[in-house]
Amino acid sequence: MLSACMKEGSDRRPVSEARDPAFTPAPGAPAIAPSATANEDGQWTMPAKDFASSRYSGLAEITPDNVRNLKVAFTFSTSVLRGHEAAPLVVGSTMYVVTPFPNILYALDLKNSGAVKWQYEPKPEAAAQGVACCDVVNRGAAYADGKVVFNTLDNHTVAVDTTGKLAWDTKLGDINLGETMTMAPLVAKGKVFVGNSGGEMGVRGWLTALDLGSGKIAWRAFSTGPDNEVLIGSRFNPHYASDKGKDLGVSTWPGDAWRIGGGTVWGWISYDPALDLLYYGTGNPGPWNPHQRPGDNKWTSGIFARDPDDGQAVWYYQWNPHDVHDYDGINEQILLDIDTGAGTRNVLVRAERNGYMYVLDRRTGEILSATPYGYITSSKGVDLKSGRLVVADDKIPQMAKVVENICPAAPGMKDWQPTSYSPKTGFLYVPHQNLCMDWEALEANYIAGTPYVGANVKMYAGPGGHRGVVSAWDVANRREVWRVTEKFPVWSGTVVTAGGVVFYGTMDGWFKAVNARTGDVLWQFKTGSGIIGQPITYRGPDGKQYVAILAGVGGWPGAVVAGDLDTRDSTIALGMANAMKDLPQHTTKGGILHVFSL
Amino acid sequence: MALPARLERAVLLVPLLALAAAAGAGRRPPERAAAAPVLRVCSDPNNLPFSNARGEGFENKLASLVGSELGARVEYVWWAQRRGFIRNTLRAHECDVVMGVPTSFELALPTRPYYRSTYAFLYREGSRFAVRSLDDPRLKRARIGVQMIGDDYANTPPAHALANRGIVGNVRGFLVYGDYRQHDPQSPIVDAVARGDVDVAIAWGPTAGYYARREPTAIAVVPVSPQIDLPYLPFVFDISMGVRREDTALRDRLDEILDRRRASVDSILQAYGVPRADRQSS
Repeated sequence: MLSACMKEGSDRRPVSEARDPAFTPAPGAPAIAPSATANEDGQWTMPAKDFASSRYSGLAEITPDNVRNLKVAFTFSTSVLRGHEAAPLVVGSTMYVVTPFPNILYALDLKNSGAVKWQYEPKPEAAAQGVACCDVVNRGAAYADGKVVFNTLDNHTVAVDTTGKLAWDTKLGDINLGETMTMAPLVAKGKVFVGNSGGEMGVRGWLTALDLGSGKIAWRAFSTGPDNEVLIGSRFNPHYASDKGKDLGVSTWPGDAWRIGGGTVWGWISYDPALDLLYYGTGNPGPWNPHQRPGDNKWTSGIFARDPDDGQAVWYYQWNPHDVHDYDGINEQILLDIDTGAGTRNVLVRAERNGYMYVLDRRTGEILSATPYGYITSSKGVDLKSGRLVVADDKIPQMAKVVENICPAAPGMKDWQPTSYSPKTGFLYVPHQNLCMDWEALEANYIAGTPYVGANVKMYAGPGGHRGVVSAWDVANRREVWRVTEKFPVWSGTVVTAGGVVFYGTMDGWFKAVNARTGDVLWQFKTGSGIIGQPITYRGPDGKQYVAILAGVGGWPGAVVAGDLDTRDSTIALGMANAMKDLPQHTTKGGILHVFSL
Repeated sequence: MALPARLERAVLLVPLLALAAAAGAGRRPPERAAAAPVLRVCSDPNNLPFSNARGEGFENKLASLVGSELGARVEYVWWAQRRGFIRNTLRAHECDVVMGVPTSFELALPTRPYYRSTYAFLYREGSRFAVRSLDDPRLKRARIGVQMIGDDYANTPPAHALANRGIVGNVRGFLVYGDYRQHDPQSPIVDAVARGDVDVAIAWGPTAGYYARREPTAIAVVPVSPQIDLPYLPFVFDISMGVRREDTALRDRLDEILDRRRASVDSILQAYGVPRADRQSS
């Protein structure tokens, strides 16, 4: 079993590249540490583990030497069949699991092999079937001050206390306008931060802060429109000239196209308590085609730093000005502090959809480096002077024109699935895909009684023929140190431990443990369904270290199984089905929690 | 009235499918001989002028017509007609027919087209923006409303055609999905013309024709010229009923009904103000 897997993966590629003195750690120093990590208490109270989004656990009972002895401790069926992207939470001796639609919250008793203590059913609107057509996932809950907070598909943010009683329920949007919520909230400084989804439906993106105690809305910052609605004021000081000016959220769009301009906030939020700044990305511009929205289309496909108290923007950087490839800018950002010998540099690291590993100064938004971490044809690099991505003109999709070999494809080099970082190795563990796309012929399509001509997008494996990768990225030296290749896109997150083990799951249902230093696959277990969730690790009531993962295939690439899509039609699921034709032969749907220990 | 053999087969096929679904849902075992034939139609519950749950759309009228021709009771399966509609309904065997699909649609087996319509310009009667062509220079300075799809980089043909001519700053987008809480999610683009919020709008014919008649102001509905904007952007589409790809028997039966009851079909479409762009020869 192990050797077969070794053949599949572990193609370690040393990459040589010049060291950058700007963030090379001092020799022998404890180099690069995540900001804002608490002492390890064995719990897992937010999907990213800590405000720095390290997904690093200080637990060390499980090591490369003993991980082969991992065994199932217990399993639990969620009774939901759609894609399970959430991270379980562990608070004290209780585990909390939130499911995809209908967004059931389960409390499981860890003193009793995961027996259900209670379940809370928010009963989201199902009447308007098909309105939220594509994505019924949920990326998890967050715990703080006795409340478990999560979002429902029909745009409610819900807080439930530890006995399963509703504390508050605030409606933030309307599913009848194409708006949904799928992201995991971040709770910090007594506030809950949440964002919306639905850019393709003409939804205007926002981040909203609610009071943790009452559920009342404290502020809302839109991703398009005039400065007063984007919460841009006197404190706003972006690093690059193209982000400076009045009301750019209006003037970088034709007419009032910004009103339905997308920039939804469906990904990850990080927080730096020392600088007192929130960081989060915005989705791609929509629903307009690129030709219909000349201009940079601020503030879509970029990243904001904001004051959590009043939402005021402090800086912004745009990954993809005038995005033409559907590269949402919503991925996770990991906050790291680098000891350079001459002081500490506060940086933010982002494995972006467009294929570059960005390192930004998180005080100012200045890019320190942007290095490809996979095969890119859609752009030629990032100009560090202007901050702008240099788009390859011949890879811009156009109607009535065949454009081949656009890499990365629309889901990007990496989508929402989150990276982890170990201060022990100095490596990021990046789960991602290796997909390219062709923009092909035209075909008649039909929505809401209205015929039109759609593009035929086909996705397929990039160079090497594998569709997924987990790579270890040396932050100081800006290079990949090892990679494990996978047949399918790696749509699950990773977690890394002080014990030196990285965990992740594959879409064909293998949950794997690899050596954090070498990438050697040490152990694997076949779960009941493909994995697109986020692994966590915790200390149980018995003092032992446990590892947990929700299996349950779905999401964009897994829709061919979870949504029973017909893979003969290669263009469905936005062209993803072509890349995932063989998935139904490897897995079936169904949400099952798996928990392991030695 | 003797039915040709293929028609008898089709009529038999429909109730069998309906009963199979009921049995799957844990109901009592099927009593095939006693069951009344049922025609299961997948339809949007809130998408006038095409259909709604109150049966007010022209596709509802057409379903009733076809149902009575088949001697079958019409049963609706309601589902918003968005991305995934065919997958979740027709292909999931939730129903047997969808009343409207483009004839060149690949996801379903189409009948012969029963109408051809066109995208149309809408403007207030007497307006100085009485345009007939996408190449009319007045479009550079008119305030223009256009329907938006926003799906998979795709959009409506007029949205593309205007962008191709550099007409972008004066264009306002109206999502075809509209506000699904309202009785008429698709009416705002025509309302905007009536109110003078835009000078010209470009909308798909059935939507344009239906709502233009209901406005307090006189609104002109004029087919977009050219019919095909080069290199390949059609503004006219043939519309068929759609069945599952393998369901040729039902398709044949529907073809026969649409042919025989053409006058009734035409009068339903006319009652809803559907602009026709059918070939003269047929």
